[in-house]
Amino acid sequence: MSRVGRIRVLVLLGAVATLEALCRTGVISSFTLIAPSTIVVSTVEILASGRFTADIVVTLRNVAAAILTAMIGGVAIGTLLHGLPATRRVLEPLFATYYAIPVYAFYPLLIVVFGLGDLPQIAIGFLLAVMAVVINTMNGLDRVPAVLLKAARVQRLGPLATAWSMRLPYAAPYVFTGFKLCVAYSFVGVIGAEFITSSRGIGYEIAFAYNNFDNRVMYALIFFILAVVTLVNMSLYAWERRLLARRQR
Amino acid sequence: MASPAHVLLRGVTRIYPARAGRPELHALGPIDLDLAEGEFFAVVGPSGCGKSTLLELIAGLAAPSAGEATFEGRAINGRVPDGVGVVFQEDASFPWLNVFDNIAFGLRHAGGGATEVRSRVDYALEFMGLKEFAGAYPAQLSGGMRQRVCIARTLVLKPRLILLDEPFGALDQQTRLLMGDELLRLWRETRATILLITHALDEAAMLADRVGVMSARPGRFLDVVSTGWPRERDSRIVSSSAFGGLTSRLWTLLRAESLRSLGHAAGQG
Repeated sequence: MSRVGRIRVLVLLGAVATLEALCRTGVISSFTLIAPSTIVVSTVEILASGRFTADIVVTLRNVAAAILTAMIGGVAIGTLLHGLPATRRVLEPLFATYYAIPVYAFYPLLIVVFGLGDLPQIAIGFLLAVMAVVINTMNGLDRVPAVLLKAARVQRLGPLATAWSMRLPYAAPYVFTGFKLCVAYSFVGVIGAEFITSSRGIGYEIAFAYNNFDNRVMYALIFFILAVVTLVNMSLYAWERRLLARRQR
Repeated sequence: MASPAHVLLRGVTRIYPARAGRPELHALGPIDLDLAEGEFFAVVGPSGCGKSTLLELIAGLAAPSAGEATFEGRAINGRVPDGVGVVFQEDASFPWLNVFDNIAFGLRHAGGGATEVRSRVDYALEFMGLKEFAGAYPAQLSGGMRQRVCIARTLVLKPRLILLDEPFGALDQQTRLLMGDELLRLWRETRATILLITHALDEAAMLADRVGVMSARPGRFLDVVSTGWPRERDSRIVSSSAFGGLTSRLWTLLRAESLRSLGHAAGQG
């Protein structure tokens, strides 16, 4: 492990140890926060009991659906808009203000459109995540050097083959940045939506535990989500580093 | 030239129309040119005279504003004809693919089978001295090596006409001479017609059968000089007395035009 990596781990361990000490000595009340060691034990117990397995499956499935649709949709929309400069010029100012829109305010509308199932939550995850992919895809496609596009014409590639075999592979590191944001926004969107109206899922169970002062369950589920998101992001980060290592001159 | 023209240009002109407050720009022509099959033709000219525009018109990457361009008797109408390969000055290697896949790119897109792709790419790797680097990515290679990859990618498609747009422009003098030798070897083996755009008079004089000297913009051929070199030649000819006389003649033709393109009055300075 690098020196920076060791320092990072030490800082993290120091913060957890401080929190543990503050909780154990009663400086932080157990109504506010339970000790990190208790959170870990609770998480293991809860996962082993299978009590929330159905909720975990639902949430992860909905997040995966939001991620997948946002990735595919975002790349498709980004590529399409890149190929339609006039349309892009009209829409681009709207993209800049996209994240100022409180997507959750549209939840009632989404229920009317998609019904009471999982779709409204997936839709919110998708709506939050898709724009990051669209913007980063267009950003990457803008950077494809003109000489590569000439090379594509020399190789007699049609517009679709050029997009698939030349533009997107070149833009991949930028698209990947969009994917990383997409994963984070999808978790935020789906779990946030579960807080509001859902009757199942991790978000719903966290809200339920909160309303019932059940800190062991609440913090265990929060910790579980943190662990999953960290694991997913670290995997993406490692993949991205491998991707970039090939390209760095 | 007894053989029929492989590439034929008649009155080829390129004019960029006025746009966004900029006036109309007459970049090139009218140009007449006949390239015989298997000929090595170099084009030199002052900066901005339209050399690269000429190459793009022949490659089918741009359409002429007036005139006619044909390759093997068929009109070039702003589409890259079958059998034409282009090597650009800028690094056109694909950074996401290793050397093998870079070279195989065009073959695979043309629907080549795995065995055929492997054998042709292996040959190109061997020919360009890239065999040991088949698994390397362009980022791990020097500028000269990346340009070899681009030449190999062109070579593997067995083009009958190879267009080279200042392919060694970014390389140091020694590497350029060595790459020149490799280019001559490639030309002899493939028997392709080659058109080389260059700003280096010595490169043109060393490599080509004929050198077309272009005027300042709008580019036209001031003269076409035959070098008289035998087909079997290499970079050692730069030390011959004939080579000095040839580059001197090219420079005499080009000097006034170069000064004109730099905004000086001809003959001054």
